[in-house]
Amino acid sequence: MVRAVASIIGVPKESLPGEHRVGATPESVKKLAARGLVVHVQRGAGAAAGYDDAAYVEAGATIVDSVWSYDTLYKVRSPTLDEVASLKEGALIVSLMQPERHPGLIDALKAKKATALALERIPRVTRAQKMDVLSSQANLSGYRAVVEAAAHLQGFMGPQVTAAGSTPPAKVLVIGAGVAGLAAVGAARALGAQVRAFDTRAAAREQVESLGAQFLEVKLQESGEGKGGYAKVMSPEFIAAEMDLFRAQAKEVDVIITTALVPGTKAPTLVPRDVVEALKPGSVIVDMAAEQGGNCELTTPGQVVVHNGVKILGFTDLASRMAATSSRFFAMNLVHLTGELGKGDTLEVPLENDVVRPALLLHQGEVLPPLPVKEPTPQTQPVAPPNPDVKQEPAAITAPNRAAWGSTLAGLALISALFGLGRFAPSDFLQHSTVFVLACFIGWQVIWSVSPALHTPLMSVTNAISGIIIVGGLLQVGDGVDLASVLGVLAVFFATINIAGGFLVTERMLKMFQRGQPSSSSSGGHR
Amino acid sequence: MSGVLVVAYLSAGVLFIRSLAGLSRQETATSGNELGMVGMAVAVAVAMVTWILGAHDPGAAELHLRVTGLVMLAAAIGVGFFIGATLAKRVEMTGMPELVAVLHSFVGLAAVLVGFSSYLHPHGVSGDSVARVVHEVEVWVGVAVGAVTFTGSIIAWGKLKGTISGKPLLLPGRHALNGLVAFAIVGAAMPFVQAGSPNGVWLLLGMTVLASLLGVHLVMAIGGADMPVVVSLLNSYSGWAAAAAGFMLSNDLLIVTGALVGSSGTILSIIMCRAMNRSILNVVFGGFGTGDAKPSGAPAAITGEVQEMKADEVAEALRQARQVIIVPGYGMAVSRAQGAVNELTRSLAERGVTVRFAIHPVAGRLPGHMNVLLAEAGVHYDIVLEMEHINQDFPNTDVVLVIGANDIVNPSALTDPNSSIYGMPVLECWKAKLTVVLKRGMAAGYAGVDNPLFTLDGTRMLFGDAKKSIDALVTAVKK
Repeated sequence: MVRAVASIIGVPKESLPGEHRVGATPESVKKLAARGLVVHVQRGAGAAAGYDDAAYVEAGATIVDSVWSYDTLYKVRSPTLDEVASLKEGALIVSLMQPERHPGLIDALKAKKATALALERIPRVTRAQKMDVLSSQANLSGYRAVVEAAAHLQGFMGPQVTAAGSTPPAKVLVIGAGVAGLAAVGAARALGAQVRAFDTRAAAREQVESLGAQFLEVKLQESGEGKGGYAKVMSPEFIAAEMDLFRAQAKEVDVIITTALVPGTKAPTLVPRDVVEALKPGSVIVDMAAEQGGNCELTTPGQVVVHNGVKILGFTDLASRMAATSSRFFAMNLVHLTGELGKGDTLEVPLENDVVRPALLLHQGEVLPPLPVKEPTPQTQPVAPPNPDVKQEPAAITAPNRAAWGSTLAGLALISALFGLGRFAPSDFLQHSTVFVLACFIGWQVIWSVSPALHTPLMSVTNAISGIIIVGGLLQVGDGVDLASVLGVLAVFFATINIAGGFLVTERMLKMFQRGQPSSSSSGGHR
Repeated sequence: MSGVLVVAYLSAGVLFIRSLAGLSRQETATSGNELGMVGMAVAVAVAMVTWILGAHDPGAAELHLRVTGLVMLAAAIGVGFFIGATLAKRVEMTGMPELVAVLHSFVGLAAVLVGFSSYLHPHGVSGDSVARVVHEVEVWVGVAVGAVTFTGSIIAWGKLKGTISGKPLLLPGRHALNGLVAFAIVGAAMPFVQAGSPNGVWLLLGMTVLASLLGVHLVMAIGGADMPVVVSLLNSYSGWAAAAAGFMLSNDLLIVTGALVGSSGTILSIIMCRAMNRSILNVVFGGFGTGDAKPSGAPAAITGEVQEMKADEVAEALRQARQVIIVPGYGMAVSRAQGAVNELTRSLAERGVTVRFAIHPVAGRLPGHMNVLLAEAGVHYDIVLEMEHINQDFPNTDVVLVIGANDIVNPSALTDPNSSIYGMPVLECWKAKLTVVLKRGMAAGYAGVDNPLFTLDGTRMLFGDAKKSIDALVTAVKK
C-alpha cells in the first residue's frame, strides 16, 4: 500500500536560533532534479551554511518566499508548532522530529493529517547507513568537540619540545565510544593528544584501540550492549565502579569529552560535581549530551560554564558550527532516503519498506502499528576503520578446477598403466601398485587443507614418518654379519635418527605454537 | 600371523593419515604429531615382532641363531634414537631448515642401503623369472631415488648452512648433462637385470654414483631463495624412496606411508610455487636469477640514493604511529631477533599502537619458517597474517618495518618484466606512509636481484644487525 504525493519539495529556512544547517544544498538539489523532482528553496535558507540563493538557482532550484504551503518539506530540525500551523493539510514532512522533547508536536501534526518521517528513527541497519543523519552529524560533532576543547584549552594538544620549554601531550578522556566518541578519539589523536576512552559496550574496545587510543575498563563485568547498537542503562554497582574510574581519571586528564546517550531518556550523569572539582584548573569538559540534559552535572545547555577554573562547554550546535559540511552530509542523507520514496518524478511513502516504516511517526495523521519484523541488528560504526584484527581462518588452499582435472587425468593415466602392467606383471606387484596409487590420492586430499603457518611442522612430521623405511632395513637383517645384514642395520640406524629427530623437533615446534596462544598481550583488538 | 600383520600395518597406516590430517589445523596439530608417533611405534613394534618370530623370511633361522642380528638391531635403534633426540633437543629454531634437510638425507641414505641389501639378499621373492625382474627393477628405482634424495639433501643442507654458496651453480649445457645422466641411469637398468644377482652389484654401485652426482648437480643449480621449495621437494623424494623400498620388499606399509609422504611433499611444493607464481619445473630447472627464458633486455637500473634513518628517529615514528606492520624475513632468523621483535611489539601495543605481522609464503628458508620463529618468541598468532590477508592494508599503515627481508618486498616483481622475479606476488609495503628497512648492508637478496624499494621516497634504511637495531628501537620506544 503506497500513497503518491505531489512532487515539489520545499526546503524552508531553519527557524531555531543558532541553527545554520539547511535541508538541501545545491549538490543535493542537482541529484533530486536528476530524478525529475522539483525543489523550491526558501529565500536565504542556505545563507548561514554558505550556500547563496544563486547557487541553488544554478543547480536547478526555484527560490520562493515561503514553502510551508507545499505538499512535501525537507528540513533539519523538528518543525515548531507555529510552522506546523501553517502546514498544508496532508503534507509530507521529513526532518528530525524528537517528539519526546517537543510536547504537542504530534498532536499538531495529527490535526494537519500530516505524514511525518522522523529522521532520528531510521533504523541503524547497514542498508540504511547512507540515510542515517545521526551518524553523519555525530561524526562532525565529535570532531568539532575536540576542536572546541582545543580552543578553550590553555596549552597544546600534542607534545612540544622547544628551546623555550617543553610540554607533555594533553590527556583526553572520551566517555562513550559511539560514532561521536570515536570521531573525537580520532581527532584528538590527530592533534597529538594522549587519548583514552571508555564505553560500556565490549564491541567498542576494538574500535577504540584501532584508532590508537587506550580503552579503559572497570573491574566489574557487565555487558552494556543495548538494542540497535546503543548502550543500555547499567546496574547501580556498575555505575559506582564507573564513577570511581572517572574520579581517578579526573586527576590526570586535561580534557573530558562526554557523548553518552541512552535513547528515549535523559542523558546519564557521568561527571558529577566532585569529578569536575577533581580536575586541574584550566581543564575543559565538552558535554556533547548537553541538549539531552548533559552528562555533566554542571552543564548549562548552549553555554560555557566556568567552575573552579574548569570550563564546561555545553554547546548544542556542534554540527551546526560546521554548517557547510554538515548540511552537505545531511542533504545527501536525504537524497539517499528519497531513493526509498518511490521512483521518477513522484514521491511515494512505501508502508512496507523496512527503513521507512520505523521512521514513520505519522501517516496521514495516524500512528501506524509497527511492522512485524525482526529486530534490526546493530550496524557497524561508520567512523571506525575496518577492524584490522578480525580473526581470519587461515585460508584453506583449495585446488582449483584445473588441478582437479589434472589429478583426474593423472589418475586415469595411472589406471591404464596398471591395466597395461596387469597383462604381464605378477599379481603381487599389481596389488602393491593399487595400494600405492590409493595412498597417493589420500595424501593428496589430506594435505590441501593445511594452514600455511603449519607448513614447517607438517614437513618435519612427514619427514619423521618417511623414517618408516626403518621397517625395510629391519626386515633385511639376517642371521649373521653378512653384508646384507650390515647394510640393513645401517639403514635402521639412519632411519631411527630421522624418526626420533623428526617427531621430537615437531613436538618442540608445536609446543611453541601452543605457548604463543594464552600469552596474548599484544596489540589492538583480538578478543 | 599374516592376518594380524595386515591389520597392524593397516592401523599404522591409518594413524599416519590421521596424523597428517591433524597437522593441517593449529588445534589438532599436537595430537596429530602424537598420532604419528603412535603409528611409528606400532609399525616398528610389529616389524620387530615379525622379525623375532622369523615370519618375514621363510628361510630365517631360529631366533637363538640370530642373536648377533638382534644385538646389532637393538644397538642401531638405541644409538640412532639417542642421536636423533639430541639433535632435536639441541637445534636452535633458526637452524630448523638445516636439520630438516639433513634428516631427509638420512632417509635417502637408508633407502640406498635397503636397496643394496635387498638386492644381495632378496627375501620372499619367488624364483620365477618375471618376479625376479620386477624385483630388480624395483631395486634399481629405489636406489636411484634414494641416492638423488641423499646427495640433494646434503647440498641443500650446505646451502642453508651457508657452507655452500647460495648462488646457483650453472654449468654450461646442464640440461643436456642432466638428461644424459638420467638416460644412462634408465639405460643401464637393462644390463643390470640381465646380469642377475649378485653379479650386477657393480652396475648398481656405478648407477648409485651417477644418481648421487645428479642429486648434487640438480640442487647446486637452484638458488638459495628457492630452498623452501627444494626442501619440500626432497621431502617428497624421501617418501617416494620409502615407497620404492616397499615395492622391493613387498611391504604394503612402506608403500602406503611412502606414498603419503611423497604426495604431501609434492603438494606442499606446489603450494609454495603457486605463492611465487612459478611452476615446479621452473624452480627445478629454471636456474633462478639467471635470466633464462626471460624477455631480453636488462632489468631496469636502480636510480636514486638510499636515505638513512637513525634508530631514535625510527622509534619516534613508531611511537607516533597508529598502524604498524612488521615484515620479517630471513635476516630476522639469522640474527635471532625474534625475541626482541616480540618485545618491541609489546611495548608498542602498550602505547596503543596496533602492530601486526605480514608473512610472505616464501619468507625465510622453509615454508612457515617465520611463523615458527614468531611462535617461539611468543607472538600471538592472531596478529600474524598471511600475505593475502594483509596486503590491502598497507595504504592505511603508518610505518612498515622490514626486518631482513628483501625479495618478498621487491616492487620490481610487479612492475619490471625484465626482473627475474617478475610475477611473484610480493608484500606491497611501499604503499605505507613510511617504510623502514632493517638491513646489514646493501647486498642483494638471495635471488640476486636489485631492490628499487630501498631508494623510494617513502623508504628509510636502518643499517646494522637486526637484533641490535631492534634492541635499540625497544630502548628508545620505552623511553
